[in-house]
Amino acid sequence: MTAMQKLLQLPVNAVNMVKTVQSQVQGQEEDKSPVLTPDSGQQAWYSALQPDELRHLRSGGTGGGGGGDQEERAPLEEGGGGGFQTQPLRHDDLKEMLDSNKDSLKLEAMKRIVAMIARGKNASDLFPAVVKNVACKNIEVKKLVYVYLVRYAEEQQDLALLSISTFQRGLKDPNQLIRASALRVLSSIRVTIIVPIMMLAIKEAASDMSPYVRKTAAHAIPKLYSLDPEQKDQLIEVIEKLLADKTTLVAGSVVMAFEEVCPERIDLIHKNYRKLCNLLIDVEEWGQVVIINMLTRYARTQFLNPNINESLLEEGGSGDKTFYGSDEDEDEDEEEKEKKAEAAAMAKRKPYVMDPDHRLLLRNTKPLLQSRNAAVVMAVAQLYFHLAPKAEVGVIAKALVRLLRSHSEVQYVVLQNVATMSIKRRGMFEPYLKSFYIRSTDPTQIKVLKLEVLTNLANETNISTILREFQTYIKSMDKDFVAATIQAIGRCATNISEVRDTCLNGLVQLLSNRDELVVAESVVVIKKLLQMQPEKHSDIIKHMAKLTDNIQVPMARASILWLIGEYCEHVPKIAPDVLRKMAKSFTNEEDIVKLQIINLAAKLYLTNSKQTKLLTQYVLNLAKYDQNYDIRDRARFIRQLIVPTEKSGALSKYAKKLFLALKPAPVLESPFKDRDHFQLGSLSHLLNAKAGGYQELPDWPEAAPDPSVRNVEVPEWTKCSSREKRKEKKVEKPFYTDSEGESGPTESADSESDSASGLESSSGSEESGSGSESEESKEASESEEEEEEEEEEQKKKKKKDLKKPVQESESEQSSEEEERKHQRKSKPRKSESESESDEDEESESESSQSESEDSESEAEVKKKKKTAESKPPPKPLKKESKKEKKEMSLLDLDDFEPAPSPQVTPVNTFLSNSLVTDLEGLSLSDSVLSPATIAPSSALKSYELLHRITGEGLSVEYCFSRQPFSPDANMVAVQMQFTNSASSDTKNLHIEDVKLQSGMRVKEFPEIELLPAGETATAVMGIDFCDSTQAANFQLCTHTRKFFVSIQPPVGELMRPVFLTENEFKKEQGQLMGMNEITEKLTLDVKCRNEHAIVQRVTTAANLSRVPCGSDKECRFAGRTVTSGSLVLVTVATKEEGAAQLTVNCEKMVIGTMLVKDILQALTQ
Amino acid sequence: MIHSLFVINHLGDIFLEKHWKSVISRSVCDYFFEAREKAVDPENVPPVLQTPHHYLISIYRGKLFFLSVIQTEVPPLFVIEFLHRVADTFQDYFGECSESVISDNVVIVYELLEEMLDNGFPLATESNVLKEMIRPPNILRSVVNTLTGGSNVGETLPQGQLSNIPWRRAGVKYTNNEAYFDVTEEIDAIVDKSGTTVSAEIQGVIEACVKLSGMPDLTMSFMNPRLLDDVSFHPCVRFRRWESERVLSFIPPDGNFTLMTYHISSQNLVAIPVYVKQSISFFEAGSCGRLDITIGPKQTMGKTVEDLKVTVHMPKAVLNANLTASQGNYTYDFTTKLLVWDIGKLNPQKLPNLRGSLSMQTGVPNPEENPSLNIDLKIQQLAISGLKVSRLDMYGEMYKPFKGVKYVTKAGKFQVRT
Repeated sequence: MTAMQKLLQLPVNAVNMVKTVQSQVQGQEEDKSPVLTPDSGQQAWYSALQPDELRHLRSGGTGGGGGGDQEERAPLEEGGGGGFQTQPLRHDDLKEMLDSNKDSLKLEAMKRIVAMIARGKNASDLFPAVVKNVACKNIEVKKLVYVYLVRYAEEQQDLALLSISTFQRGLKDPNQLIRASALRVLSSIRVTIIVPIMMLAIKEAASDMSPYVRKTAAHAIPKLYSLDPEQKDQLIEVIEKLLADKTTLVAGSVVMAFEEVCPERIDLIHKNYRKLCNLLIDVEEWGQVVIINMLTRYARTQFLNPNINESLLEEGGSGDKTFYGSDEDEDEDEEEKEKKAEAAAMAKRKPYVMDPDHRLLLRNTKPLLQSRNAAVVMAVAQLYFHLAPKAEVGVIAKALVRLLRSHSEVQYVVLQNVATMSIKRRGMFEPYLKSFYIRSTDPTQIKVLKLEVLTNLANETNISTILREFQTYIKSMDKDFVAATIQAIGRCATNISEVRDTCLNGLVQLLSNRDELVVAESVVVIKKLLQMQPEKHSDIIKHMAKLTDNIQVPMARASILWLIGEYCEHVPKIAPDVLRKMAKSFTNEEDIVKLQIINLAAKLYLTNSKQTKLLTQYVLNLAKYDQNYDIRDRARFIRQLIVPTEKSGALSKYAKKLFLALKPAPVLESPFKDRDHFQLGSLSHLLNAKAGGYQELPDWPEAAPDPSVRNVEVPEWTKCSSREKRKEKKVEKPFYTDSEGESGPTESADSESDSASGLESSSGSEESGSGSESEESKEASESEEEEEEEEEEQKKKKKKDLKKPVQESESEQSSEEEERKHQRKSKPRKSESESESDEDEESESESSQSESEDSESEAEVKKKKKTAESKPPPKPLKKESKKEKKEMSLLDLDDFEPAPSPQVTPVNTFLSNSLVTDLEGLSLSDSVLSPATIAPSSALKSYELLHRITGEGLSVEYCFSRQPFSPDANMVAVQMQFTNSASSDTKNLHIEDVKLQSGMRVKEFPEIELLPAGETATAVMGIDFCDSTQAANFQLCTHTRKFFVSIQPPVGELMRPVFLTENEFKKEQGQLMGMNEITEKLTLDVKCRNEHAIVQRVTTAANLSRVPCGSDKECRFAGRTVTSGSLVLVTVATKEEGAAQLTVNCEKMVIGTMLVKDILQALTQ
Repeated sequence: MIHSLFVINHLGDIFLEKHWKSVISRSVCDYFFEAREKAVDPENVPPVLQTPHHYLISIYRGKLFFLSVIQTEVPPLFVIEFLHRVADTFQDYFGECSESVISDNVVIVYELLEEMLDNGFPLATESNVLKEMIRPPNILRSVVNTLTGGSNVGETLPQGQLSNIPWRRAGVKYTNNEAYFDVTEEIDAIVDKSGTTVSAEIQGVIEACVKLSGMPDLTMSFMNPRLLDDVSFHPCVRFRRWESERVLSFIPPDGNFTLMTYHISSQNLVAIPVYVKQSISFFEAGSCGRLDITIGPKQTMGKTVEDLKVTVHMPKAVLNANLTASQGNYTYDFTTKLLVWDIGKLNPQKLPNLRGSLSMQTGVPNPEENPSLNIDLKIQQLAISGLKVSRLDMYGEMYKPFKGVKYVTKAGKFQVRT
């Protein structure tokens, strides 16, 4: 600690001290003779005198701006050349320049020194002269001094300490960039003694106002950690704090720090998970890579395997995925199968529902596939590969194929990963087969990898094209590549039995190739193939036997000999002859060939001892005196085993069994098999070995950990009514000013004006003050339109705030701040509720993107568009009034109470209170996968279940909420709203005596114990309609009476939306032709001639999601029936003048016909 | 992440080194040199090497190797992409990326590297931000600097890193406001012996040169955006707009940049502008061969094919070529075995032809494979995919910019197998 105290007491102007130190150092230097201490730093100078070095120095000088005095100096240096004496001269020179008052001289000297460093020359003994310039006013000199310091401080720790005070001052500078750069250098100089200072500086910077300084602090964390791992606990605290930061600037850097310091503390991510997902698109490219990789790991620990259900389906042998599925099953070993069975059993118990957070991650990373940065694309690709449901993984193929046009290094890495993926998911890359064709100009390593991919993609249908390609490759001049091609052919032959003979014949033809390497490789591959069915191919074996005369490649010779030995019964005449020849040349053969000759001899001796006894003896004798001990041992061993002597043991009886046992055919498999246990895209995967610091990708958990850990502890605004609570919260929030002013703009890459985004979000908080969720969401969706008005509002409000007593306004702001946080977090939720309550699709996509798209100009464009679409005008007015109300409530917080939710959007009240449930709805409707796709219906249609009069005051309405019914995915959620308009209370509302068609099931709502007079209550029940429109009949009972009621669903509610890509859609449609397709011509309603209106009407009529489509003349929708999961595909193709054609493809024809009728009605009226 | 960087020239000299963490001895490069020796071509050096204590990730650009030293797990593409970004930055600053240029500007290079990476993690890689901090050299400035002792480091601190639009600097001003867009399409194709197309894809790129004052917000729309089946964007492009409306909406960086690249894959039909009739044969007797190549227009959409060039990598046994070209001239480099036939403009009336004999080394068995032909060509004012920019609108600024779009089609990796 003393050292540090000393340090802190350092005078601000340390120049004098430096000077004394410097002179000491110089004195020491003079003591040493360069000749006597050749291993000291001087040695470098000695060698530096080579003419080459001088040239560099001069050129470096001119390039860096060319000092006028340099020309004078250069000859001086050379003039003194020839000995080491010049060397100190140049040093003095530089020192002199550094000591001068002129900045230009200093700069020149620094430039030369940096040039020396760049070339790897030692410049350490200039340290004292350089370090005192750390306080230089000239920015460039300063920068270069920093460069020098960072390079040499580690070696000269004591002297480096002198510079610390400068940095400490810099840390307090009002300019954020100076603060940041001071912290950067301070943390880079790797001097252990300043660890406490660094720690302090980092902590301080972590709560700096400027996000840029905070980013630098995040960068400094791993530096300090590598310097002193003892600080880990404290650093984790800082990381935790920075993880909570809401700016995109910091996010990437802090996750980087997290990965280096405490990757195992996955729990730190929980609270920030959703924020990271939402910020992701605006983070800079490098940060994106790190975050995505980290989130992949996170997701593997927190969510369930999305493919559990699918494997279940496959085992049932149903569906279109059996093809790939069976593939996969082959690949899997027993253990995995067992696991799967277990998982399947689990899945049976509980149907798989994707965690909304899991969905959020997939959705928010998908657009990044379009990044220009290959690393980002790869990161997303691996995320999808490891985390996405099988049906969705396909989207990454296209992007990966695109990367194949990039630099060859990128190709190399991408192809490695594609090779691994193509084993597991062949179907994914099959359409891009041709993109992997090989050009003669590709580098060999790329060729080989492409070949690997082609081989993995080969199947019965495309094998003929692939083999034709291979044929051209075999003729290539690149022999390594030819060898790889031959192996690939061998693999195709083993995998696809149909072409085995063709391949074999082709390979046999290659045996007459002029190039020995080609022949040798073919022999090796043929050997493997023949092992599979030797009896059929004795002529090939004969042919190969002849080749022993010509082929010299040891491996090939060995292979032939082994073959002949193994199948000597098939070639009884030739085999002894081959052995004879080999015996002749035995001494000149390579070791592997010798071993095979011995084997051949042994085998022949056992089968045909008459002819070969002598030959065998001869060979064994030769081998006995071989130089290689392996061969000697083998010979001894074999002799004992096969030649019967009086001493020979029991084993020789079994010699034949030992040697001529049936050998299993080899399995030719890809070297990339099972590489996917490494996280794809990682260094470890590429090297197929665990690299230092690699974090294992965990297996999916068997049961999902508690998803509520990701809930952010922002109490529901609506519930927070007491002032004390809010005051408590004030303490938590770190930088109010910052997030209001500085961080706002950085939040979003696209947002144009700082104030706009800041204002927008705070106006959001204002809105939510009204408490009603539905209102909030509705308005938020319109916030785009209303921006200017809101701005004014905001100003007004600010003024009011100012007038208020200090304490009041403070708490006000804090709660507002809190709310902002909340707001941002709940963005996705908003978008979700919009999807139900608002028809404005742009604003939906906008806000779901978490503020990144709200640039003003864009808003303008949107506005234009909206007017074009002729929006109903009264909305703003309505809003205005609401706002007034809100302000009231803001001013008078104590009186604030949650408003009863209006009837229009009952869903929100039902699905409400925790973020999780909200998100769940969101994810299942898949709205963000294609933001514009789900056209939200304006209001859900309500049906009457019980009229007020028949119900004696109790009226019941129901609607189909289109939410997944969580207790049972096969049920349709029916939301009921009970209104008691009688004068007395109603008690014990429940369902009885359910009468259903066979197969149908009902999940009743929990009994409503009390419905006071004049009150309203909602409840949700689930009905499994078995994909029919039969009504569900039951009795609705109160404590006094029973009413017979029935619920009959419109056919459009019997389905849930699914997300399909255009290609998937087409593919599916192709499979549902003929009887399953119903087409109807229609004339569109006048008001329904634009795309938007069509989408809206169709989605109102049926619970479908939109499928992206390249043409604007067509709208496509897709869904699955709730119970059986049959696909429902709807296409509306528009033509001139309102003419249109409606096509519905559905396996269930009844549903199809009814749906056509409904949609037709919706579109024509 | 990235520990150190070495820049190595084609002779194997390390002429620049930079360490972001503690210093690593340059002897670590020996492993690389070993691999370099093993691979005959510099392109065949594996980009990722494993040594006992480090991992070496390298790229090969402009006859230089950029070799980075890694100590722990990091996505290899991350490093490769970054190294390419470094090379791009040098190119951007100095006009080329070569040894001489790096040596001449070693101080600027060092300053750049210092800014681009902090503790091995990328800090500022956006060209606009870097240029604000470290000014690129030009002749005028170096003269002024020499006289006044000025520097290349920007006097004002850059705001770009802090702004919400990191790729654009503030306060841009031009007297002539212009925005040019070059739509360049490259055809990658493999045509087999008989003239049928084995595979063909189009790789398109839209390069922009935008010199507009203030903060313009541009919107570019296409006549037929459906053509673009796979795209990647500069970070400035708003992806959601593209997804929903198929228009490119962006606030452009200042100067030159790549707006987007797109890929039209082999699943679509691609027009092949020329056909090639060829016969190359080697005779067993007499150690000679014959070559006859004719090129004609196929689907050129009524435009002229220019800069036509045929490159053939001859087998090792071919000693010399004795040919006559009906148009253009040919060269045969004995050492690299490269036959280049520079044709120029393709005249549909009189098809260019190259024929004659090849003299072969005696006593060497004839090559069994015929070399494939690589075709280069250019078609001006045509995007072969049919892509067309329909309009470009500017918002956010008052002035009227000058706008221009240019289309070029080129042959990418266009190969004819023989």
